[in-house]
Formats: sequence, structure tokens, C-alpha cells
Amino acid sequence: MTNTAVADEDTRSVTAAVPPQTRRRRRRSIAPYLFSAPAMVLYTVFTVIPVVYALGSSFYAQRRTGGGALGTRSTVFVWFDNYVSVFHDSQLTAGLRHLALYGVIAVPLTLGLALLFALLLDAPGVKLRRFGRTAIFIPYAVPGVVAALMWGFMYLAGTSPFSYVTRSLGWGDIPFLGPNGIYGSLANISVWGGTGFNMLVIYTALRSIPHELIEAARLDGANEIQIALRVKVPLVGPALLLTAIFALLGTLQLYGEPLMLKPLTNTISNTWVPLMSIYQDAFALDDLHDAAAASIVLALGTALVSIAVLALVRISTRRGMR
Amino acid sequence: MSAINERTRERTKIVPTLIMVAGALYCLLPVAWVFVAASKAPGELFDSFTFAPGTGLLDNLGDLFSYDGGAYGLWALNSLLYAGVGGVLSTLVSASAGYALAKFDFRGGRIFFAAILGGLLIPGITLAVPQYLLLSDLHLAGTQWSVLLPSILSPFGIYLCRVYAASAIPAQMLEAARIDGAGEWRIFRSVVLPLMAPGMVTVFLLQFVGIWNNFLLPYIMLSNTRTFPLTVGLNSLLERGSGSPSLYTLAIIGAALAIIPLIALVLFLQRFWRLDLIAGGVKG
Repeated sequence: MTNTAVADEDTRSVTAAVPPQTRRRRRRSIAPYLFSAPAMVLYTVFTVIPVVYALGSSFYAQRRTGGGALGTRSTVFVWFDNYVSVFHDSQLTAGLRHLALYGVIAVPLTLGLALLFALLLDAPGVKLRRFGRTAIFIPYAVPGVVAALMWGFMYLAGTSPFSYVTRSLGWGDIPFLGPNGIYGSLANISVWGGTGFNMLVIYTALRSIPHELIEAARLDGANEIQIALRVKVPLVGPALLLTAIFALLGTLQLYGEPLMLKPLTNTISNTWVPLMSIYQDAFALDDLHDAAAASIVLALGTALVSIAVLALVRISTRRGMR
Repeated sequence: MSAINERTRERTKIVPTLIMVAGALYCLLPVAWVFVAASKAPGELFDSFTFAPGTGLLDNLGDLFSYDGGAYGLWALNSLLYAGVGGVLSTLVSASAGYALAKFDFRGGRIFFAAILGGLLIPGITLAVPQYLLLSDLHLAGTQWSVLLPSILSPFGIYLCRVYAASAIPAQMLEAARIDGAGEWRIFRSVVLPLMAPGMVTVFLLQFVGIWNNFLLPYIMLSNTRTFPLTVGLNSLLERGSGSPSLYTLAIIGAALAIIPLIALVLFLQRFWRLDLIAGGVKG
């Protein structure tokens, strides 16, 4: 009995392993390898090897061996010591806190505004659409560090047009670059830079919604706001998901903007965000092993956040389908 | 056509229009400010009302281009080199890989595509430090190659090209060309590339803007000011300016000039964008 069952399993798995259709196109075997060779080589050199290199070097450390002040420095295998010190590094955890505060403001605002403007572009009766679309998209062409430079001077008390107004009203300067204001100020730079691109992605998805669907809702007596929220928004789910992931990835990579504001304020330290700490470790302190461990933690953290968002959305859309 | 219909049928909605105009003004405000501020002489920057034009535009321009022996012009050329050459090469590499992944079923193809998707999730920036170490072992760190070569790889570009190739290239057309005896390279050049052109324009624009706007990679790789792109150059200008605010004026006019060509390019090429690629409008 048991023997025949096992034999049955075996034949089934053999037939399943060779799907007949894949065999057909395999005969031109070398062409696809040649076409993907440049990308594969670049991927290996600039992604796989750096990851492996960083992973490897994160398990080593420079240690003094031999006692006393005259001990020689050598590289030794230290298991997870660097990772332990990453999680105990107060600068790095402070950096993550700064990122979280910034991200909580920046990500929902960017996506919310992008969706709002996309819906306005798609709604009947809204004038000046071409102007609005072009103007809101223009910041996409401005590099983040240049945006930070421009906004930085608009925040700086001496040159700020906003503080000029509040000063002449007798309210004094607005503390854009102070310890509390800095989160909103940095978030504003990324909202300004990111809204336009995301708006266009969502708008493009909105335009592919079949017209009959909108007409049907309209005939049923739905008003434009109801149509937008109940019909359009659910249908552009995939585009919203993609923009959400881009926004999250962008948040964790915050680096150039705070670095650019640093000469203008004392609020931002040398290690204000995690990437600044990593840079500091690697190039100012020459501690490459700690920098490698922190890079790996940040990369894994980013991937986990993205995967978590994808999974959450997938679960909620499945629930919505039922 | 339906948009025109709607416009004649529907009354103008005032509140939504106002909201959109407010958004547009918010986006234009810093651009307007930087151009006004660029016209101010160093003394006027801190003293006059910020939206009042100054008198120093030509002097500032002269100072900017003579700063550090004409460094600004070199930065602009470097940005053009990295973004232009990097963008073209990246588009070609992405197109051929995307075509292979979409139209051939080959051993390792699925694993490669999964790796590419994984690469999308790894922030490029966390790789920059190990990439620097690798390139400095190869004695390439600090050279223009160290910025150009990593910029050619674009997992997102490969992903988009695969999506586009899957929908834009009919399998029968490839079969017909093969029956006619055309070699794979010839098919790629004269059948595949023309069909993929609209998608490739989109990938090129994304890559060009992405490389032009990139900061961390060149910041880590380069140390000689003559190899800097505009982003890193402006940062070095501002960092030096924290001691002497006269350099602030240079940073501001430098920023104003730096954004003109890119805004012009993006506005001009906007109509060729196939953003439905990203939005999921094209069935993959």
C-alpha cells in the first residue's frame, strides 16, 4: 500500500517538473544570455559583490592584540559584535528617531497631496488644469539638494520671506530651523519635490479607468466627491501602492537634504540621520566594519518595511475583493 | 474629446480650481524666489525685502563663472556627462535585458528577474560605501568612471523595459523574422528596438533626471572639485560659505542656473512620457 503510494508521488512529480511549453523556446539558448549579459555583469559588480563585501566585513573588526599601548592592530573575526554595537549606538538610534518623525510627516502628506491633485486634474469643471499640472510637476526637475538649498535660504531668518512678514507683524522670526521646526521644514522639502511625480503616476492610472464606469456612477446619482472616493481611488490602488513604496524608500535614504541645511543651522549634527552616521563611521572615523554593519541593517530594514507594506496592501485588497 | 465635452457641459468649479492653483503657486514659489534672490548683490541679500529684485545679477554671474578657476562650468559639464552618457547606456542595457527577460524563457532568467526585483528594494545609497571600497581597490575611486559605471545599472529601468517589451512586441513578429532567417542581433536592432522606443524614452528620462539629481554617490566617490557634478559642487560652495556669507550669493545664483536646463528638458519631453508604464496601465 505505502509503496504504491510513494511510486505514485514520484511519477507525478516527474511529469510536473517538465512543463511541455517551456521546452519549446529553449532551443535559441545563447541569445537571451548575451542580451542580459551587460545587466548581469553590472548587477554582479555593483550590487551582489558590494552586498557580499559589506556582509563579510561586517563580521570583522580592528582590535588591538598584545597588551599595553604598544599592541599591534589587526583585523579579527568578531561574530555579531558590530551588529550589537549598531543597535546600542545612541547616534544611530537618534538618527532613526529623526527619520521616523520626518517620515510620519512627509510620506502621508506627499501621497495625500499627490492623490488630491491627481483627482482634481481628473475632475470635470476644474479650470487651469494644464497650468496646474505643469507647475506642480516642475519640482521633479529640481535635485533634492538644490531644493534644500533654495528652501534653506527661505527658512533662514535673514533671508526668509515668511519670517520677513511675521517680523513686520511684530511676531518675530519663524523657527524653521530650530530643534522642533526642522522636521516639518525637511518634510516640506520632500513634499515639495515628490508630489508632482506621484501626482502624474496616479493621474495616468486615473485616466485608464473606463469612462462608462464613471458615467454609471453619475447616473446612479453619485456626486463627484463620492465618485472620487468610492470609484476612482479603489481602482488606482496599484499606482498608490507603488508611490507609497517609492516614498518610503526615499524616506529611509534621507541624506543630501539635511547635509545641505547643516551649514545654515546648529540643529543638524554630523550624524543626524543614519546615512550621515554611516558616512561618518566610514570616512571620518575610518571604521569601515561598523559602517558595513550599519549599512546592512539599514538595507534590511528598508527591504522589510517595503515587504511589510506590500503584504499589508495585498491582504487588505483581498479582503476588499470579497 | 470627452474632456472638451465635459468642459462645455460642466460649470466651472471654483473651490477645486482654487485648491489646484494654490498647489501650483506653492510649487512655483521657491523657483521664483531663487531667481529674484539671484539678482541681489551680496549686501542686498540680507537687507532688502526678499522678493524685491536686486542690482547684482551680472556681477553675480561673473563671480559664479570665475569662482575657483571656472569650476561651475566644469560641474555643469560633468553633470551633463554623467546624466547624458549614463542615461543612454543605462537605457540600452535595460532595454536589452528587459527584452531578454520578457521574450525568452531561459535557465536563470527567473532568478535574475527576482534578483532585479530585490535590487529595487535595496536602497542604492546603502550600497555606496561598499561600492566605494570596491572601486578604490580597483583604483577607480575618485575618477569619473566611479560615478558613471554604477549609474548604468538601473533595476527599475530593467523592470520597466520588461513590462514594456512584454506588451509592445508581438511574438508572431519575432517568429516571422526568425523564419525569414534574420539573426537574433539583427532582430533586436531592426524589430525590437524601434518597437520599444516609446518605453525607452521614458526610461531614459527617469534615468537622466535620477543621475542628474543624484548626490550621495558622487559625494562619496569624488574628492577632486574638477570632477564634481552640480549637486556636489553646490554643496561644497555652501559648506565653504558658512564662514563667509558672500559665497551664499554664489550658491543661490548657482542653484538658479542649475535648474533651468533640467526644467526645460522635462517640460519639453513631458509629452513623450509613457507614465502608464509605471501606473500599471500597460498589462505586464
